[in-house]
Amino acid sequence: MEGLTKSFGDVRALAGIDLEAPAGSVLGLLGPNGAGKTTAVRILTTLLPPDSGTALVAGLDVVRDAAALRAQIGLAGQYAAVDENLTGRENLEMVGRLYHMGRHPARERATELLERFSLTDAADRHAKTYSGGMRRRLDLAAALVARPPVLFLDEPTTGLDPRSRLQLWETIEARVAAGTTVLLTTQYLDEADRLADRIAVIDHGRVIAEGTSDELKARVGGERLEVTLDDRSARETAIAALASMADDRPTCKDVLVSMQLRRDRGGIAEAVRRLDRAGVGIADIAVRRPTLDDVFLTLTGHAADPSEADDEDTTEERAA
Amino acid sequence: MTDLSYAVADTAVLAKRNLLRIPRQPDLWVSFTIQPVMFVVLFVFVFGGAISTPGYDYVDFLIPGIVVQTMSFGGFVTAIGLSDDLRKGLVDRFRSLPMARSAVLGGRTLADVATNAIAIAVTVVAGVLVGFSFDASVPEIVAGLGLLILFGYAFSWIFAFVALVTGSAEGANALGFMIIFPLSFCSSAFAPPDSMPAAIEAFAEVNPFTTVVDAMRALWLGAPAGDAVWGAVAWSVGLIAVFSWLAVRLYRRAVSS
Repeated sequence: MEGLTKSFGDVRALAGIDLEAPAGSVLGLLGPNGAGKTTAVRILTTLLPPDSGTALVAGLDVVRDAAALRAQIGLAGQYAAVDENLTGRENLEMVGRLYHMGRHPARERATELLERFSLTDAADRHAKTYSGGMRRRLDLAAALVARPPVLFLDEPTTGLDPRSRLQLWETIEARVAAGTTVLLTTQYLDEADRLADRIAVIDHGRVIAEGTSDELKARVGGERLEVTLDDRSARETAIAALASMADDRPTCKDVLVSMQLRRDRGGIAEAVRRLDRAGVGIADIAVRRPTLDDVFLTLTGHAADPSEADDEDTTEERAA
Repeated sequence: MTDLSYAVADTAVLAKRNLLRIPRQPDLWVSFTIQPVMFVVLFVFVFGGAISTPGYDYVDFLIPGIVVQTMSFGGFVTAIGLSDDLRKGLVDRFRSLPMARSAVLGGRTLADVATNAIAIAVTVVAGVLVGFSFDASVPEIVAGLGLLILFGYAFSWIFAFVALVTGSAEGANALGFMIIFPLSFCSSAFAPPDSMPAAIEAFAEVNPFTTVVDAMRALWLGAPAGDAVWGAVAWSVGLIAVFSWLAVRLYRRAVSS
C-alpha cells in the first residue's frame, strides 16, 4: 500500500500509510484501538474505498480489481462473523458455495476444515451453542475455505482465553508454514512478537515504526536491570555501587531500583558482586529484556493500553 | 457461468440460509404473525361497532384491510434480520466474498416471502374464526394471495433500504412505524375514506394502501374494482423496482467495482 488515507467526517483514520509484505510472510499491524488498523484491513479487503493512495493485494488493485481480488483473500474479523443459527458445517458450506465451489467440493472442504479445527464433534450443532474459542476457530476456518493465498486477520484473539489463544496461534502458524501471506492486526504485543515476521507500529493513522521484532526492540535499547532491595534506606548506596554499569540515570521506586545496562560492563553477576561488596541486601534481582510494550512506550510516549481509545474505535465503526 | 447465473445461485444460497433461520429463531417472526390476530380482535370487537361500512359486514370489510397492513409490517422482519447481520459482522464477511452484490438483499427479501405467507394464513384463519367469508371464486382468492405476496415483497425491499439507511434494528423500527401508521390508517383499510375529513380523505384516495386494499376487496368480496387491481400491481412492481435499486446501490456504495 502506498499513501493510503481515509477519513470519517473529521476523524482521520488513516493519514497516509505505506507498507509492503512479501508473499508468504506475516505482517503485523500493531497499535491501540482507534489507531487505524481495522480501517486498513477494511480497505485491503475491499469493504471500504480509500480516500487516496493505492493498494495492491496479490497484485490486484483494491479498487479497480475489487471483484477479482475477493476470490484471492480470506477475512477473519474481530467479531467472529459466523451465522449463529446455522451449524458449523452449514456455515462453512455456505461460504464455500459463495466462493462458487460446487456442492460436493464445498461439503468435502467443510468436513476437512471442521476436522482440522477440532470442530468435528460440534459440526452439526448450531453455532450459537459454541464457546468463544470455537466461534473464532469456525470464523478462521471460514476465511480459509477457498485456500486464499492472502489472509487478513483482524485482532483474531481479542477476548479469547489463554488456551484458545495459543491454539489459534498454532493454527495460524501452520497456515503460514503452508505458504499463506498473512496481514495480522493486534493490540497484543506478545502476539505480534510471536506471529509476525515484520511489525508496523501504528498510532493515529500513521506508521510510527516498522521492522522485525528484534529491530524494534533494539531501538528501545539494551537490557534493564531491576533490583529489589531489602531496605529502602540502602537506595543511595545501591545506586552509587551500580552507577557505572548504567546507561542512564538509575530510577528508584520504593525498594525497586532499575536502570538500563551498558553492554560492556557485565551483567547480573557483576551487579550482585558490587551490591554485596557495598553491603546492600537484595530481596530480588533480575535482568529484563525489552518487550514490545517498551517499544510502544518509547515510540508513542504512552503505553499500548487496550482500553484506551475504545470510544474512538466505536465512532470509526459507526462512520464506516 | 455468467454474472447473472452467479447472482441467481448466490441469492439462492442466502435465501436458503435465511429460510433455515425461520424454525431456528422463531422469536424473529412469531410476534409479527400474532400481531394481526390482535388487530382483528381489536377492530372487530372494540372499534368495529362504531364504524359504518355500507354494503358490508364490518368483519368482511376489515380482513382485506388488515391483511394488507400485515404485509407492510412484514418489512420489519426484513429490517431486523438485515440489521442483525450488519451488527454481527456477517455482512462484512459477505462483502469480502466474491459473490454477487445483490445476493445478500435478494436472499433476505426472498426468504421473507415465507414469513409473510405464514402471516397471511394466520390473519385469514383468525378472520374466518370471527365471521369473515370470501365472496369470490378460487382463482380470485388465489389472485388475491398473489397480490398480497407481491405487496409484501415490495415492503421487504422498502425496509431493506430503511435498515441500511438507519443502520440498526431500533432505528428501522422507529422510522418504519412513522411510515406505516399514517399510510395504513389513513387509507380504506379500517374505515371508508368518505367518512374522513376532506384533507385526510384526499390523502387516502391517492394512498397506495387504499389502492391495494380496494383491489383485495375486489378480488375477495367481489367489490367494484375499477382499476384497483392493476393499480395495486403497478404500485407494487414500481416500489420493488425503485427500492431494490436504492437498497442494492446503498449496499455496494462502500466499494466501487
